[in-house]
Amino acid sequence: MTDVAVDIQELTRRFGALTAVSQLSLQVFRGEVFGLLGPNGSGKTTTIRMLCGLLEPTSGSAKVDGVDVRLAPELVKTHIGYMSQRFGLYEDLTVAENLDFYGGIYGLTGAARRERIGEVVSFLGVGGRLGQLAGQLSGGWKQRLALGCALLHRPAVLFLDEPTAGVDPAARRNFWRAIHDLAHSGTTVLVTTHYMDEAERCDRLGMMSLGRLIALGTPAEVARAVGGQTLEDAYIILQEKDER
Amino acid sequence: MRRFWPMVRKEFIQMRRDRLTLGIMFGVPVVQLLMFGYAIQTDVRHIPTIVVDESRTPESRAIIQALENTGNFRIVAYGDARGALDDAIARGRAQAGVVVPWDFARNLGRGSTATFQVVVDASDPLSSQSALSAAAGVAQVENLKLLTAAAGRATLPVEARVRPRYNPGLRSPTYIVPGLVGLILTMTMVLITAVAIVRERERGTLEQLIVTPITRTELMLGKITPYVGVGLFQMTAVLLLGRFVFDVPLVGNIGLLYAVSLIFIVASLSLGLFISTLVETQQQAMQLSFFFMLPSILLSGFMFPREGMPQAFQWLSLLIPLTHFLKILRGILLKGVGVGPIAPQILILCGFAVGLIVLAVRRFHKTLD
Repeated sequence: MTDVAVDIQELTRRFGALTAVSQLSLQVFRGEVFGLLGPNGSGKTTTIRMLCGLLEPTSGSAKVDGVDVRLAPELVKTHIGYMSQRFGLYEDLTVAENLDFYGGIYGLTGAARRERIGEVVSFLGVGGRLGQLAGQLSGGWKQRLALGCALLHRPAVLFLDEPTAGVDPAARRNFWRAIHDLAHSGTTVLVTTHYMDEAERCDRLGMMSLGRLIALGTPAEVARAVGGQTLEDAYIILQEKDER
Repeated sequence: MRRFWPMVRKEFIQMRRDRLTLGIMFGVPVVQLLMFGYAIQTDVRHIPTIVVDESRTPESRAIIQALENTGNFRIVAYGDARGALDDAIARGRAQAGVVVPWDFARNLGRGSTATFQVVVDASDPLSSQSALSAAAGVAQVENLKLLTAAAGRATLPVEARVRPRYNPGLRSPTYIVPGLVGLILTMTMVLITAVAIVRERERGTLEQLIVTPITRTELMLGKITPYVGVGLFQMTAVLLLGRFVFDVPLVGNIGLLYAVSLIFIVASLSLGLFISTLVETQQQAMQLSFFFMLPSILLSGFMFPREGMPQAFQWLSLLIPLTHFLKILRGILLKGVGVGPIAPQILILCGFAVGLIVLAVRRFHKTLD
């Protein structure tokens, strides 16, 4: 079973009376771009946070790259990269300083750190902005920098929580190109989104509604399962159902 | 601990870029020192005084002159009647009044007790205290002069010679400046780190940081380390200004002073970190810091002697690190003592430093809930 990168079994998280994620079970395969799709409040972010060791599951289990997130939440953190919805890097540090800091925090030192930062910089094309303060970057460049910092330690699994919110279309296209490059070289990517064009670009999708997984499969399969011609139909059907 | 240094570096760069905070950290010691050194005097002198001399005799003028010569009274007006005196004190034009009754010289000549009155505005206890003791002293000296003359002696039978050790001039700055080192360190160190963790939480950078393998200890120690340098700088600034502007003698072992101060700085920074783990917002962090600072100023013995406090408050003040640090500061800087006499205080500060940092690390969780 080494080709399963993320193995989720009956994962549940409650916040008081609210059940944010309920009995979620799914597998993500190695080298796959897996999308979690669903309206706001459907439990996507809570799921990702549990998989990253940021939130403790109420019940159920999850293994990321073979590591149990409940038993070893700190060990999981060496196997994963994470990008939160909100830009989480230091706006008062330059691009180079942010990369250098996260390189150090991920345990890279000396020549190895410099070399790896060089690779990531050229992969994402941020070489021209190294001296700029992160706070002065546009949305698209911030996303690239955040992705860069999450990649420095060559994580096996990458978790991206609505990575392209507030980013212009051209930058979004570039970003997705980078995601697919990473997947081709063996990195597993789990991404949440509510852009339909992005969902279409995933290998497989899990559609969530009110904390439950209601459909799983390729984008076309998911659309049919929910009862729409296209994925967008399916999404709207679902959202209207949630709001009732 | 290999992730410790990147953390220190990052905190240092952020500190350097935050011009406002940097200015406050370096400006505070200077402003505070000048304020406490120049403005705050616990030995009150030159109290504005109104005089009503009903006697108008050489004897009455001599006693008024004697009062003025103490330096505690500064005569601002002469009144004709007691009504003028009451009025001047009520309006705040004078804080003390002297009345020499019309029969002063006559009583003196007859051998009965000649009285003069000193009225003070006791709504200000410090200045009224100094007026009262000066007045009592003047009467005492006059009595001795008259009595020794009457007894036919040339010298006094008994005399107390008081020698104020460690602060011969009984000057306020000598007492205040060493304490000020402790006060300034408490104020800035606690406040700086109290906002440290919550600021990252509010800006959204904490989430990205705690999803890395950095340990809680690396994170906490990395956060406080750059500010240890700031604390040592503040302390040096206060000591230098105290020495050369206020002429405070610094007699002790400076190496020992810095070593012990380092412990106090770590304890204060750790207390701030602990506060940081208790609160949700930067505003709450500041409120909680101020809540802690007031007792530090009032109960530690910085301004008011602890010996005068009720027993319960004396015990309470032992929970404040500054209380112990003040003893060390005054011991080393004014008395020039070595490790021996201040060893208990040093051990207590070590306890605070270790205890608080352990508490802060244990309170902090690398999760979002």
